[in-house]
Amino acid sequence: MMLEVLTEIQTLVGRELRKWVRSPFLMFMTMVQPVIWMGLFGKAFNLTGVFKISEDVLTQLPPDVTSRVGEVFNRIMASLFGVADMDYFSYMSVGMLSIVVLFTSMSSGMSVAWDRRLGFLNKLLAAPIKRGSIILAKVLSGVIRSVAQAVLVMFLAAALGARYSIPNLLAPLAAITTLMLLSLGLSSLFISLGIRLKSWESQMAVMNLLNLPLMFASNALYPVKMMPPWLQAVASLNPITYAVDALRQSMVYGQAADVSTLLLDMAAVSLFAAVLTTVGVMVADRGLRRS
Amino acid sequence: MTEAIVAEDLVKVFGKLVAVDRVWLSVREGELFGFLGPNGAGKTTTINILTTLLRPTSGRAVVGGYDVVTQAEKVRRVVGLVPQDLTVDDELTGWENLMLQAGLYHIPKHEARKRAAEVLELVGLMDAAKRKVETYSGGMRKRLELAAGLIHNPEILFLDEPTLGLDVQTRAAIWDYIKRLRKELGMTVFLTTHYMDEADFLCDRIAIIDHGRIKALDTPANLKASLGGSIIELEIADGAGHDITTLLNKVEGVGKTVFADGVYRLTVDNGEEKLPTLLETLLKTGVRVSRIVMKKPTLDEVFLEYTGRALRAETGSWEETFKQMRTIRRMRA
Repeated sequence: MMLEVLTEIQTLVGRELRKWVRSPFLMFMTMVQPVIWMGLFGKAFNLTGVFKISEDVLTQLPPDVTSRVGEVFNRIMASLFGVADMDYFSYMSVGMLSIVVLFTSMSSGMSVAWDRRLGFLNKLLAAPIKRGSIILAKVLSGVIRSVAQAVLVMFLAAALGARYSIPNLLAPLAAITTLMLLSLGLSSLFISLGIRLKSWESQMAVMNLLNLPLMFASNALYPVKMMPPWLQAVASLNPITYAVDALRQSMVYGQAADVSTLLLDMAAVSLFAAVLTTVGVMVADRGLRRS
Repeated sequence: MTEAIVAEDLVKVFGKLVAVDRVWLSVREGELFGFLGPNGAGKTTTINILTTLLRPTSGRAVVGGYDVVTQAEKVRRVVGLVPQDLTVDDELTGWENLMLQAGLYHIPKHEARKRAAEVLELVGLMDAAKRKVETYSGGMRKRLELAAGLIHNPEILFLDEPTLGLDVQTRAAIWDYIKRLRKELGMTVFLTTHYMDEADFLCDRIAIIDHGRIKALDTPANLKASLGGSIIELEIADGAGHDITTLLNKVEGVGKTVFADGVYRLTVDNGEEKLPTLLETLLKTGVRVSRIVMKKPTLDEVFLEYTGRALRAETGSWEETFKQMRTIRRMRA
């Protein structure tokens, strides 16, 4: 029985991954937006540059003034961006990894709509497989896809000049675990939406509605501390905020990283994943059983 | 004789639309049973209920000895479904598509390879097995779909519009495969179609369905015979002052006579024997016949008789029309 379920899931995940690897265009499309954001926004919108004292000013001021101004700037930097010598590109490119996970999970949700539309879902429902296997396989392949694409973007960011500071081997492990948990929650959310919202158009509408707030009401692009209080409150409920912070703690803060904050972030993402996966699978399961 | 499919008072309602309206039917084991009706008549809905994809609003159906609602999982193990849509994956090869299907039916790997080779052989796709499906023609896709539905050797195979949108040669080839399935594997086949000739050529028995209701259910031969044996069409060059309709009706064995567009159309019980008598009667009274045709009724006439109209064109929802257009488009690709 258990073995049967495993074969079902393996079969379906195998299909998803084959399709994914063989349509590089789709892979490209889900990654291109975050990468363009990263390349343009990350390089042009040099938020941290504001807090740098330019060379010509530096030579004109007396040394004790520059050191004091420098100290103030460093304090602002540390308070906003975590560490004083942070450059904006490194800051936001790490944030973008969670956005890649968001977009990829969303495309997993869309794939349910296509499976329905093309009649493939019916074929699955006519087969003697557990309804749960259909959902779990979708979620699982969503996680694999998201994490793989996020890691790919991570290397791309490094090639474009992001400075990672990895204190030990546990750090990348924590980063990948966080991405997996985030993707687990988001994939479950979007896949259950994909199963419940039968029409492709309404699904698009709902996903676009969720997409931008999740991205902008988070610390992915800028520090939460720069937001007005009400937006800070929204951001503090956004799982992406915790995932992004966990990734910064593990991948870029280096010596300044705080292990207890990292663990707290990861706990928050785990909670989010656990709740959404449970609810999502239940909702999706009911959706497949109905009618 | 065991019944492979039994439906008792099956009803399916979608909102206000009664898609399936009190359907009773039984299909014997090894029978090739056809569901004939226009688009939107409730054929696919019935198939979806019988293959556990939809729950009936009321009524009961037993497929392969199992109830489709309470023993759905068992039903799924014994039936194969070849849906109307092309559901094979473009990005995968024919072989991979079959392996995927085998995985869904828990067929062990080594056995799956054997089965896949067998069904590919049956539908004549062995040479194309290693190619991606996106390189296949419409007919090849449909054959692959058929092969996928056969991989787990189902007791009962459901074919929803197996030849929709295919060209004449491909249709003939698919018919041939379906006939072979029955002959070589003894499989029960339940198919839906809106092509009269397909139902006539393939099926042991046919149910004519329209607006969710079964209008007639019998063998093609009996259905045609129920209209009277033959149809005779006459054109008269010179009526010699007689009322032709009255004259024709006096001849023994002549059923209805209808006059339209200069042609007398009569249904006759035993055309082969009645035709000479008929001609004799007419000639004796001095009537000159300019043209005479005798034909056997086709299922088109049967359909017309039972539903009061010819097979109508698609009037389904936008979504349905879109689906069909896409299916046809993919077939032609």
